[in-house]
Amino acid sequence: MQPRRKKRLLSMVLVLGLIAGAIGAMLFALQQNINLFYTPGQLIQGLGEGKIKPDVGQRLRLGGMVVPGSVSRDATSLKVSFDLTDDSGEIATVEFEGILPDLFREGQGIVAQGVLKNATVLAATEVLAKHDEEYMPPEVAEALKGIRHVPPSQLPVQPTATNSYGG
Amino acid sequence: MIPELGQLALTFALAFSIILGIVPLLGSFTANERALLVAKPLASAMFVFTLIAFCALSWAFYHDDFTVLNVANNSSSLLPWYFKLTAVWGSHEGSMLMWVMILALWTAAVGFYSKGLPLLMQGRILGVMGLINIGFIAFSLFMSNPFERTLPFFPVEGSDLNPLLQDYGMIIHPPLLYMGYVGFAVSFAFAIAALIGGKFDSTWARWARPWTLAAWLFLTLGIMLGSWWAYKELGWGGWWFWDPVENASFMPWLVGTALIHSLAVTEKRGTFKSWTVLLALGAFSLSLLGAFLVRSGVLVSVHSFAADPERGVFLLIFLLIVIGGSLLLYASRMHSVRSQARYEIFSREVMLWGNNVFLLTATLVVLLGTLFPLVHKELGLGSISIGEPFFNQMFYYLNIPFALLLGLGPWVRWKQQKAAPLLKPMALVAVFSLVVALGTMAATQSITANLALLGLLLGAWVGVSALMEVYQRLQQFGSLSQGVAKLQASHYGMTIAHIGFAVMIVGIAMTLTYSEERDVRMEIGDRVVLAGYEFELQDVYKLNGPNYGGEAAELDVRRIDGTYVTHLHAEKREYTIQRMMMTEAAIHARLSRDLYVSLGEALPGNAWAIRVYVKPFVRWIWLGGLLMSLGALIALLDKRYRRKSPNAEAAHA
Repeated sequence: MQPRRKKRLLSMVLVLGLIAGAIGAMLFALQQNINLFYTPGQLIQGLGEGKIKPDVGQRLRLGGMVVPGSVSRDATSLKVSFDLTDDSGEIATVEFEGILPDLFREGQGIVAQGVLKNATVLAATEVLAKHDEEYMPPEVAEALKGIRHVPPSQLPVQPTATNSYGG
Repeated sequence: MIPELGQLALTFALAFSIILGIVPLLGSFTANERALLVAKPLASAMFVFTLIAFCALSWAFYHDDFTVLNVANNSSSLLPWYFKLTAVWGSHEGSMLMWVMILALWTAAVGFYSKGLPLLMQGRILGVMGLINIGFIAFSLFMSNPFERTLPFFPVEGSDLNPLLQDYGMIIHPPLLYMGYVGFAVSFAFAIAALIGGKFDSTWARWARPWTLAAWLFLTLGIMLGSWWAYKELGWGGWWFWDPVENASFMPWLVGTALIHSLAVTEKRGTFKSWTVLLALGAFSLSLLGAFLVRSGVLVSVHSFAADPERGVFLLIFLLIVIGGSLLLYASRMHSVRSQARYEIFSREVMLWGNNVFLLTATLVVLLGTLFPLVHKELGLGSISIGEPFFNQMFYYLNIPFALLLGLGPWVRWKQQKAAPLLKPMALVAVFSLVVALGTMAATQSITANLALLGLLLGAWVGVSALMEVYQRLQQFGSLSQGVAKLQASHYGMTIAHIGFAVMIVGIAMTLTYSEERDVRMEIGDRVVLAGYEFELQDVYKLNGPNYGGEAAELDVRRIDGTYVTHLHAEKREYTIQRMMMTEAAIHARLSRDLYVSLGEALPGNAWAIRVYVKPFVRWIWLGGLLMSLGALIALLDKRYRRKSPNAEAAHA
């Protein structure tokens, strides 16, 4: 082989090796950061055909409809817990400390992200609800096909004080 | 009547774009000078007519013409006049019209400033721009007509502009961002024109450079403004969320940055030709991918417009034609292009190659993280989301070698650099960086080996190196004062942009490390202490805005020793028409730190949830972005981009 060709081959191999390494590292990092989405039914009965249940301590996203009347607040701190449900009728509890998003309301579909505390309780680090009153996260909407989504404006009781005096 | 005129104008613009996409390109193959000469007037005419269409829609918004569906859906008579005008680009249809108008503006600008280009090149570039215009004008006209009427049953009141968009940052964020996105169409057209002609000399790169810089400048400003807007308007105090739509704008930015550097090699040394062309194709393709992701509804994000599968299909087909067609042309032409210049391993060429490798790896990371959830779901493996830690981790590792390289790069000569002469200056830079970084840490009284120290070290390395390099370069002209006048504007631009990058790294690292945040439950009169500041909630009362109600909180901030710092006013608005809640955070900004307070929900017992942040150096992030844009602007003013090319005359003859 000519020395120039040899040099070129060597640099090609080096570059390809680097790229392969980079992609491998990327996929590995990706694997570590995937948060699977569950509904309360899937959380309790298992997900997919294999009925795989997540382990306690696993990071995941839980999406469902906030059960009306289930929001309970701690009197002295920002701790709050509420129940989520879906068409399976199963109920999972979310515990959270912090400020709930502006559009968090009972009867609304939300997504909570966090760590599974025990089989039915999620310790959430983040609660998401989109900035739009008719909105339901599509994953939730898909999972909740059975349940009719009630826009918050039609709910009998407005949970937040802001709404109680009507703006 | 006026909306119909707007639609008519848009139809005329479509006609002009079709002629522009056909005649000059055909003329360029048959050497028909008259066919080539029509390109410029056609481009101007197309711009004028899209502008008329845009003004017609603005008129409808300004006069609350709710017989226009788009106005009825996105505006209301209660809006202040300036938000009525910005509501024009608050919806999918209106923003698409703006996109079209800006694309036509770039096309006309290329026609206007291309006097130095050979006629053949001019015709081909404008012709390709015309082809791109056809796609977007047709999309606007047939798939998302902004002038659609609600007649005969029109509403008496509109359903208001999304409150998220009722903000000053939003007035200029989309136009700047679109200027950037669409600006890469010019680089794309230059690349295609060069591919058709099969000539890639350094003059080609010199023509393409200012246009790429201009597009990059706008994109940088647009992204920075978007980040700043999200920070103050979303109420979470974050400045970057790795949201799919942010990612969609970040990918063309990364590739655009790589393109700017690669173009430098092509212009100065005549190498990296095929690589540069590929990047030019890639930057615009990623802009289109972004448009597709945002407008097709395949992604969920705060930004995305309402989903419409048909529009998605149109954009996807357009995307495939553009990417497929350009790659096909690339494959058929590029194999014959050979770069002649030789260079050694330690040379500026290789340094810039390294820059490109890192920037493209970063693009790959963002692309993977953005598209992976889509693929995962389509394969039936369940819905997933990719956590922020993935991006943060990858960018953390990519940034370290990138910044080290960036500090060294500008010192290295073209072709070949001996290591020995660089040892002294680089050692000096290293010592200075250490002093600056450790000095800052000592001043803030926290010397631990953490992210902040790493960020400061890297930032100081890049910044000090850029300053010393320009100083050394100035001295080479004899005396400093002579050098200041003689050094090329593009060199100043590069230095400022690199310092901007350094400032940004420092800002990010300091903010990530030293930000303190707390969500607290407060009653009136309660105090909370955070990072040496004491926040006292004084009052919470009802708000009465023009189109919103809600609550406002008044807080006083003092230092621990009791000195008064500032008064903060945070709002939680409820927009009456859309019944939507919005948080207006109270921010007290200084170069060294931001105080940030947002009002949460009311709690039982006359208390409120309040979010309090102290964010050191967060301004530096946007300051860095501004410096990068300033660098691009200064580089753009370089005299050599305005020199007439010698073969322009020959081509006319």
